Amino acid sequence: MGILEVKNVGKRFGGLQALGDVNLSVAENTVHAIIGPNGAGKSTLLNVLVGKLIPDTGSVMFDGQSVLGRKPHEINQMGISRVFQTPEIFSDLTVLENVMIPCFAKRDGAYRMHAFETVEDEVDIVQKAEQMLLDVNMQDKLRMTASSLSRGDKRRLEMAMCLVQEPRLLLLDEPTAGMARADTNNTIDLLKEIKDSRDITMAIIEHDMHVVFSLAERITVLAQGTPLVEDTPENIKGHPKVQEAYLGQAHG
Amino acid sequence: MLGLNQKDTKFLLIVVALTLLTPFLTQPFAESSGLAQFNAGYPDLMQRFAIYGIFAIGFNILFGLTGYLSFGHAAFLGVGSYSAVWMMKLLTTNVIPGIILAIVVSGLFALLIGYVSLRRSGIYFSILTLALAQMSFNLAYSVLTPITNGETGLQLTLNDPRILGVTATPDGSIPATHLFGLEMKSSAQWEVFGHLFTFNVGYYFCAVMAIIAFYLSLRIFRSPFGMMLRAVKTNQTRMSYTGLNARPYTLAAFVISGMYAGLAGGLLASMDPLAGAERMQWTASGEVVIMTILGGAGTLMGPVLGAGFIKYFENIFSKINDGVLHGWFAFLPDGLEDFVVFLIHPFVGKGWHLTLGLLFMLVVTFLPGGLMEGGNRISRWYKNRRNKGTDTDEGTPHAPKSTPHVAE
Ligand SMILES: Nc1ncnc2c1ncn2[C@@H]1O[C@H](COP(=O)(O)OP(=O)(O)O)[C@@H](O)[C@H]1O
Ligand SMILES: [Mg+2]
Repeated sequence: MGILEVKNVGKRFGGLQALGDVNLSVAENTVHAIIGPNGAGKSTLLNVLVGKLIPDTGSVMFDGQSVLGRKPHEINQMGISRVFQTPEIFSDLTVLENVMIPCFAKRDGAYRMHAFETVEDEVDIVQKAEQMLLDVNMQDKLRMTASSLSRGDKRRLEMAMCLVQEPRLLLLDEPTAGMARADTNNTIDLLKEIKDSRDITMAIIEHDMHVVFSLAERITVLAQGTPLVEDTPENIKGHPKVQEAYLGQAHG
Repeated sequence: MLGLNQKDTKFLLIVVALTLLTPFLTQPFAESSGLAQFNAGYPDLMQRFAIYGIFAIGFNILFGLTGYLSFGHAAFLGVGSYSAVWMMKLLTTNVIPGIILAIVVSGLFALLIGYVSLRRSGIYFSILTLALAQMSFNLAYSVLTPITNGETGLQLTLNDPRILGVTATPDGSIPATHLFGLEMKSSAQWEVFGHLFTFNVGYYFCAVMAIIAFYLSLRIFRSPFGMMLRAVKTNQTRMSYTGLNARPYTLAAFVISGMYAGLAGGLLASMDPLAGAERMQWTASGEVVIMTILGGAGTLMGPVLGAGFIKYFENIFSKINDGVLHGWFAFLPDGLEDFVVFLIHPFVGKGWHLTLGLLFMLVVTFLPGGLMEGGNRISRWYKNRRNKGTDTDEGTPHAPKSTPHVAE
């Protein structure tokens, strides 16, 4: 059984069946890609996984526990972190503060009022955050305001914010969308490094086949809200149904 | 010192010095000089500096840090005043119990209002706070007359029980508010070089409260809790996907700022034991918003400056009447004099709010960070001039762009 088990999930928006009958199993410590043409329901599926949307039917189990009906912060506390299509960071805060906040969330839970310590008193958390930023090569930008970072660095920062929580499952929604080729390659390298250096499961939604085939160990192809096939990258490449539904199309 | 780093300690000491020296600072002109009307050394004005400073410091914890703009904070000020006056009617005219009750009651009231209004954010939150505060105002004005004494306002009378104090003084008047016997309205005066300095007990009491209030807000700003509040302002989506529940953080900030407002209300009542519903009106709520933005929302000193600025100019401008204007422009030929007075007339006296509006527009347009930004720009310019080339920017160690929020 996988760490994430999606069973018979359906979601309808008015007259539109965005997700038909999705079954998906993500094995622990693998990189699982979900691909499919625009409007296939990839983001909808992701939003169901993180508690932003509640499906009409089906169940989603993470590590044996249901995630349905839980709020996003509760799901995060279960061990699921999410990287957004456009990086969601605390842009008015410094890079270091951005990474410290998830450390607090991990240590203290969803709410704790530390009103009478200073941030610097939290030596462990400062160290942990600094170490994380060293790992992603941002150690010289600790005191910069996050909004002044380059696009690539913002992505890096967001990854650092997710990774510092040591999530069991990292969800990535088109992490390279709109990136220049060089940035895309950097992101691939970063993700490879992450995958090799820690015990982590990743589910990645991606448009760019180059990214998918460089990272994924398993691929699910989604079309019109239903999974077409699930297989290894090698088999997917040659699969006629996939060719027809997705790879045959122009990217867009 | 006191859990502050060196820089913040210095900062706190400056604030302490400023508050203690206010009687001098607000009295720069000799009594006999024509500029004496620009002095602001009257006890009740100085008290208002400190009290509205507290109000704005508290408001800034909510608005400056979390970005939630409440348009109803005067309700907590009013509740604080009513609570304090009731304490003085029932228990004693010693101000301490009244102030404690004011803080507690307004904190509970803020918990209720915050719980309801924080279900929404942005403009809906603002409207909800405005509506709830207006409801409170109307309740205080009419329905709750037995508690608030309606439009007359709540006052001390000679029939109050005051079980721990006295109902009336031996000479048959209402006892004055005091701190363990030290009357709030008593003052020492010192006349030197034609300046008349007034050291008022009430002012110093308010000043000590303001220093404590400032110190607590400084601690909150520097704490992980303060950092979370800034995170709320910046990105709530990221916050919830980081496993944090923003609601209790914002509610805590709301209650804290409500308690600050309650303290300010309690102090107002301690200086002058009277509470009226108009203290809760939306104009009063708007005033603290303007103070905070004018001074610089999200900065520590800004709200205090904004409060001082508005209360000072309110006092000066509303005192200027046509008689004073004619006095100033008497040197002009008659026709021209009348014309100039005619031009200035709408901006002074009762028209002071027009001037305030213009000032506010200018500041928001040219100094979006408020007076603090103006101050920072000047000091940066001055620093650059002083050490051209050598980059000793002590304030911001290796920071290409430092966080504006926590800056002083
Ligand atoms: N909140 C929503 N309300 C209505 N329709 C939606 C909503 N979100 C997505 N959809 C629709 O559901 C379908 C799947 O969308 P999405 O999951 O974003 O696809 P993908 O990410 O694969 O491109 C699309 O047709 C989209 O228009
Ligand atoms: Mg999408």
